[in-house]
Amino acid sequence: MITVENLVKTFRGRGETLVALDGVSLEVPQGTVCGVVGQSGAGKSTLARCVALLEKPDSGAIRVDGTDLVSLGGAALRAARRRIGVVPQGDSLLRQRTAAGNVALPLESAGAARLQRRARVLELLDLVGLADKAGAYPDQLSGGQRQRVAIARALAGSPSVLLADEPTSALDPETTASVLGVLDRARAELGVTVLIVTHDMDVVRRICDDVAVLEKGRVVEHGKVLDLVARESRTASALLPTTDQITGLSSVDSERGYGRFDRIADVTLVGFAAVGALLPEASTRFGVQLAVLGGGLTRLADTPVARFRVGLSGDRADAALDFITEHGGVVQRATREEVAA
Amino acid sequence: MKAETPWSKVFQLVLEATGDTIYMVGVATVFAALFGVPLGVLLHVTAPGGLSPQRLLHRLLSLVVDVGRSMPFIILLLAISPFTKVVSGTTLGADAAIVPLTVGAVPFVARLVDNALREVDATVVEAAVTTGASRMKIVHSVLLRESAPGLVGAIGVTLVALVGYSAMAGVVGAGGLGDLAIRYGYQRYDTRVMIASIVVLAALVIVVQFGFDRVARLLDRRRRVNA
Ligand SMILES: Nc1ncnc2c1ncn2[C@@H]1O[C@H](COP(=O)(O)OP(=O)(O)OP(=O)(O)O)[C@@H](O)[C@H]1O
Ligand SMILES: [Mg+2]
Repeated sequence: MITVENLVKTFRGRGETLVALDGVSLEVPQGTVCGVVGQSGAGKSTLARCVALLEKPDSGAIRVDGTDLVSLGGAALRAARRRIGVVPQGDSLLRQRTAAGNVALPLESAGAARLQRRARVLELLDLVGLADKAGAYPDQLSGGQRQRVAIARALAGSPSVLLADEPTSALDPETTASVLGVLDRARAELGVTVLIVTHDMDVVRRICDDVAVLEKGRVVEHGKVLDLVARESRTASALLPTTDQITGLSSVDSERGYGRFDRIADVTLVGFAAVGALLPEASTRFGVQLAVLGGGLTRLADTPVARFRVGLSGDRADAALDFITEHGGVVQRATREEVAA
Repeated sequence: MKAETPWSKVFQLVLEATGDTIYMVGVATVFAALFGVPLGVLLHVTAPGGLSPQRLLHRLLSLVVDVGRSMPFIILLLAISPFTKVVSGTTLGADAAIVPLTVGAVPFVARLVDNALREVDATVVEAAVTTGASRMKIVHSVLLRESAPGLVGAIGVTLVALVGYSAMAGVVGAGGLGDLAIRYGYQRYDTRVMIASIVVLAALVIVVQFGFDRVARLLDRRRRVNA
């Protein structure tokens, strides 16, 4: 588990001080994946570097499994670093060492015996799907392969937490998927707690349990992804399909537009049951006509999530919407004015 | 016009001088590396943003290295002769020349080493730091090993530069090819010795450069397909 409490980090430049982290608190429960998102300059990397114990915060605490690591130095600091696996932003492999040699580095730092090292290295290369590349040098590997070696290296010392700063930037979608697959596997098979900095919302969609949104050095939103998408939040607007894309339906009075419906609402549905059956059931049960006007379906890790704009016609339209709410759907009724705007 | 030196004599002179040059430059390079590499590493790790930043120490080392490098060798040679006497017991001959050659080369090597270490990406060093490696471990497994090709190149450059410096070592009677070229070729207008010295000097430099390039390439695992 990672606990960050009230972290403050400033950088002093010529005369002016820049507050990169302004009281950041964050908790990542054991065995979960937390995504840190935010605009460029929000402080994501600074947070990651502080948690990696590469940068000393001005104040605040960083706990891994309960122990505060901020004030450590010397051998205690090095021991603490071994509990935190880090995948730095960008190319970080030793170019004069093979993939296996790179993965062995944390084991050497920890003073593991040679034989033990070799077994562990192969185990990890296998975990990231690169068992056949053990003898290859970084320059003989693709970007995605190098990133997977870096993940294997970060995991080699059996850390309890794994930290990755933009592990998929500069990778194509397919390679991104393979890297994320490896991170997910690390969590599932090794039980590590993962903190992943990214600007790619797709990374959050695919593997994050939790998400923290940073803005100007502050956490402006933090929680379970599935909770956040179910209400009006930055996470919801970033992760879910937009509902107002369909053109030609915007005119309120037109017979062919929104005007022909008794009610217009944005409905968010989470989970197989809701996504699959809730709308048709509400429609039949209350005898209302229900049309999907916009939005779509996405997937958050293993959970299907839908957000639709629906138009309902019929006397019991409100009852149908209430029924959806009662069964776990999140309904935001829109007035015609709102829709038209 | 005096008679040309016979070829057999030229051969003997050049052979002897070659031995002196190789001895002086070889030993001086070994010592220069012995002192210069650690100094270069220290210079590098104490720099701001380095592995172990120490502002004052870094400035001091920087100053010493730069002053050392700014000194014309011929002046250094004469200036440190008391020191030379203490170290080698003499101020004349090849052994005496080794001392100023080493002293002159140490700051040179230190700066070259610092430059070579700068080629190691900061991200790579940081990644090693996060594994919990000690500073010593990072210096030898990351900084020195990652820049090994550059370091070998730096030693090669030093060797070649010392061949040049050693020509001035004739001032202390150290002999060597450069000294031979000056004494016979220049002062006595002996074209044969002059040319022979130059040819052997050039050959030495070419061989050294080739050898070091070769080793540097062998050590380098970057951008090579099918290693
Ligand atoms: N070493 C440093 N010295 C001075 N300022 C810094 C330093 N590192 C970061 N900053 C500043 O702190 C702020 C946060 O930077 P940070 O790298 O954490 O942003 P980020 O969210 O990771 O952005 P990006 O998405 O572009 O990587 C920025 O304004 C940056 O200029
Ligand atoms: Mg960043």
